[in-house]
Amino acid sequence: MKKRTLNIAVTGLNAIDSPGPGVSVIRALHEAASFNVNIIGLSYESLEPGIYMHDLVARTYSIPYPAAGIDTLLARLEYIHEKEKIDVIIPNFDAELYPFIKLEPKLKAMGIHMFLPTLHQFEERHKVNLNDFGRKYGISVPHSKVLYDLNTVHSLPSEFSFPMIVKGKFYDASIAYSIEQVKSYFNKISAKWGLPIIIQEFVHGTEFNVTGLGDGKGNTIAAVPMRKQYITDKGKAWGGISIADEKMLDMTRKFLKNTKWRGGFELELMKNKDGELYLLEINPRLPAWIYLAVGVGQNIPEALVNLALGEKVKPFSTYSVGKMFVRYSWDMIVDREEFEQISIYGEL
Amino acid sequence: MKLRKNVAVSEAGLLFNPVNGESYSLNPIGVEILNLIREDKSPEQIIKVILEKYSTDKATFEKDYFDFIGILEHHNLLESHEETNA
Repeated sequence: MKKRTLNIAVTGLNAIDSPGPGVSVIRALHEAASFNVNIIGLSYESLEPGIYMHDLVARTYSIPYPAAGIDTLLARLEYIHEKEKIDVIIPNFDAELYPFIKLEPKLKAMGIHMFLPTLHQFEERHKVNLNDFGRKYGISVPHSKVLYDLNTVHSLPSEFSFPMIVKGKFYDASIAYSIEQVKSYFNKISAKWGLPIIIQEFVHGTEFNVTGLGDGKGNTIAAVPMRKQYITDKGKAWGGISIADEKMLDMTRKFLKNTKWRGGFELELMKNKDGELYLLEINPRLPAWIYLAVGVGQNIPEALVNLALGEKVKPFSTYSVGKMFVRYSWDMIVDREEFEQISIYGEL
Repeated sequence: MKLRKNVAVSEAGLLFNPVNGESYSLNPIGVEILNLIREDKSPEQIIKVILEKYSTDKATFEKDYFDFIGILEHHNLLESHEETNA
């Protein structure tokens, strides 16, 4: 039987030291067994490497930053849809999820499908609400506090011991060993990502991540735990290995069952020396290391696309344990004309 | 005393714990002892096999053997007594 070809638009084509998941998602989609793909890249900046990977991405269009507003994004997507007849969009940045969730009904009416968490799920799992989230769903989370005002940092030592983590609302986290460092990180991170700043108890231990997919009805469609083996100074895994930890899988299933999570996700976990697991963060999208899940037998992006199209997807039941990913950066040679094309016309 | 289920040991001596993703490198004698443990040999049997094969005295090997077992326990690579008896 001839496989259908889907036009799938993907964001997150960047690959700086904190790489976007887009290119990994695209690799996964090219390996899908249930469909062929024509990939449309959606970029925010002209130097996102995925734009120039013509063997993976057929055509790229620049899209406006979320700060430009939902209507501006919708107008741009309407233009792109007119040219490309998009079947599915996979947004891969935390910061763009809010406008895409808001636009989901309008895009669906245009024939564009997505499989995103609901606005309630998106807000509830936010770092700012993690304490309440842990209490509500019976999941251990480190104690955290939300700060809007630099003057309130002086009260922190009565509630937290040093070191403590200073986190931005979307990205960035630093370990502070003194009030002076807390202040410095507060200013640095809030200048980049805005307020609030989240202070989180530091849990000593080993870092793990789980990526997976929830069907929105409480079922686990996919789940793959990974131990970070090589961590950059930004805390990003540059190498990792799939593991078989039942506690982590149980926590993942509990998270999906209780929240009825819809879409891809990444859980950031810390295991202390007593083997207790803490949930540090829930990323409401697929992670940059998603290709490891494909490598161990769970093509999560493919399953996500099928769910977005309203098809029945059989949950994955197994994966290979002990498979590693080792990340590499690659210098592409690009003609200046291509850079000009995407910079000036917003299309390549 | 049993090695945890799923703990993998390669011929070259790389030991992998699938629960936490930790890897350890063993020297040839470590691999040999681990293989004897996997064959369900008792500590007395293992000590006897090694003493017959290598020129070392009992006191030295016993100390090294129990140090090695302590390291395996520390890294959670052996089943606990409850698990073994279950």
